[in-house]
Amino acid sequence: MTTPTNTTHTIAEDALRSALAASKRPKRPSALSASLTFGWRAMLKIKHVPEQLFDAVGNPILFTLLFTYLLGGAIAGSTGAYLQYLLPGILVQTVILITAYTGVNLNTDISKGVADRFRSLPVWRPSVIVGALFGDAARYTLASTIVLLLGLVLGFRPEGGVLGVLLSVLLLVVFAFSLSWIWTMLGLMLRTPMSVLWVSTMILFPLTFASNIFVEPKTMPLWLETAVGFNPITHLVTAVRGLMSETVLIGEIGWLLVACAALIAVFAPITMYLYRNKE
Amino acid sequence: MNVDRVKSAGRSATARNGTPAIDAEGLVYSFGDNVAVDGVDLEIAPGEIYGFLGPNGAGKTTTIRILATLLRPDSGEARVFGHDVVAESDEVRSRVSLTGQFASVDEDLTGKENLILIARLLGYSRKEARVRAGELLEAFGLTEVATRQVKTYSGGMRRRLDIAASIVVTPDLIFLDEPTTGLDPRSRNHVWDIVRSLASEGTTVLLTTQYLDEADQLANRIAVIDNGKVIAEGTPGELKGLVGSGVLRVRLRDPEARPEAERALSQTLGVAVETPSDPVALLARVSEPERVSDALAELSRAGIAVTDFALGQPSLDEVFLALTGHPTEEETDEKEEEVA
Repeated sequence: MTTPTNTTHTIAEDALRSALAASKRPKRPSALSASLTFGWRAMLKIKHVPEQLFDAVGNPILFTLLFTYLLGGAIAGSTGAYLQYLLPGILVQTVILITAYTGVNLNTDISKGVADRFRSLPVWRPSVIVGALFGDAARYTLASTIVLLLGLVLGFRPEGGVLGVLLSVLLLVVFAFSLSWIWTMLGLMLRTPMSVLWVSTMILFPLTFASNIFVEPKTMPLWLETAVGFNPITHLVTAVRGLMSETVLIGEIGWLLVACAALIAVFAPITMYLYRNKE
Repeated sequence: MNVDRVKSAGRSATARNGTPAIDAEGLVYSFGDNVAVDGVDLEIAPGEIYGFLGPNGAGKTTTIRILATLLRPDSGEARVFGHDVVAESDEVRSRVSLTGQFASVDEDLTGKENLILIARLLGYSRKEARVRAGELLEAFGLTEVATRQVKTYSGGMRRRLDIAASIVVTPDLIFLDEPTTGLDPRSRNHVWDIVRSLASEGTTVLLTTQYLDEADQLANRIAVIDNGKVIAEGTPGELKGLVGSGVLRVRLRDPEARPEAERALSQTLGVAVETPSDPVALLARVSEPERVSDALAELSRAGIAVTDFALGQPSLDEVFLALTGHPTEEETDEKEEEVA
């Protein structure tokens, strides 16, 4: 513990007065600038609390190894063949699962009181959430990189080449960004960070497993195959697989971009309404 | 004990020209069935240090949150420097700063990063933000801990950082919600110094406190709030005047002289004299303070040696009790409004 100096005045009155006098009121920052500043805050939090990256680093390694070697032989005849099918799916699942933390972090800000300060600042109000999502996008990119590197080491060979892989990661990050507005809404509706994590996980687990991440929907009972066909995660995985294997599916990508726009159009206003009126 | 201290009387908001810093009428806010703010009217002049005094749950924080644009009132209106807190909330936010009840800084970041963050959000360039953060850390005695995460700070350091974050751009009005709750006496004095400096540089201060002593020390004017209502308003002196003129406390050299001193005092003052457990002490509630000098002269004439005497105003604790019918510490549901 650093003990302040033993003089009776830690507060240097002169310094305080000159600091007050030196204050100026600069021009209000643009919406983008404010959002980027909040994004910088998210980066600083990663720097100071690297443990929070455990999910972004641990999950992809665990899932890729587990599913490839545990199920690969049974599902596709060989682990090598399965990896080729599984890896784009695992990439999607990893990133989609860690979107849940967006809501958790927002809820933590509110329960700690720092959100009150941000809300009382004269800045573009969505910037605090948009900025946090920029920070999350960095985590998604990191998680994607880890999955892809591990995949390459294990023998995954994307035929779509570097460009296909980059585009697929970009698509994934954009989708995750859009999906996160659901979790920010929940983060403002629910009482504690734990309940936010619990509810979003309860939604995300069925959503990612009841998809084409692990197996071809053809192998499922008809009712499930139909349901899986409607799951947006299925569309996302199909598009990512396509980009990675040289078969760019314009229709699928177009569908996804519309879905992203719809997610933002519905959940961003609800989130902002709740944020403005949070008691 | 806050006896024998003369305060300069607060400026009356209505007596001054110009736009009030805060002007509110009939503010009401409920959380479900619980009416937290129940018809609050306020008029606070620019440059004042204004205190909200009341127990936990009285509605102080909710009122501040309405004025800081964080809550929309269910009914009533409030203007900050003439700007409506609902319709012109952006204009209000650019003139006020809020220091919440729980330190509203990011605990994961360092003190310096917190200040840079706020400076950047207020439009400072990267370089200016660093310079500004440095100035504030220096002014608040936090330079040594600037690069440590806030979660390692003591309560006092955290509170200072919190206030520093509120004055990155010197606000016209600062809300301080229980700025000294949980602080040790030295840190509390630091915060008091800061509040006084802010006011002397022209910032209007609205602070809430549960501590009567704090309101007394700092505020020009005080609103006593209980169950969502302002039950009394005035300068500390005016509030104390509601209870009685004052209390005379006398200490004698010789405990055996006490009975005689008691007789002499009660005769000259015309009131009953109390004899506390301290064997040399005497205490009298005085209705006519001008008789006090006669009473002391009488003691000296009778040859009774006095080691110490003080004529003080009643404490704000007594004021609170008299106004609400219940002491500040306890939360009673049934409340009798008996104004003394």
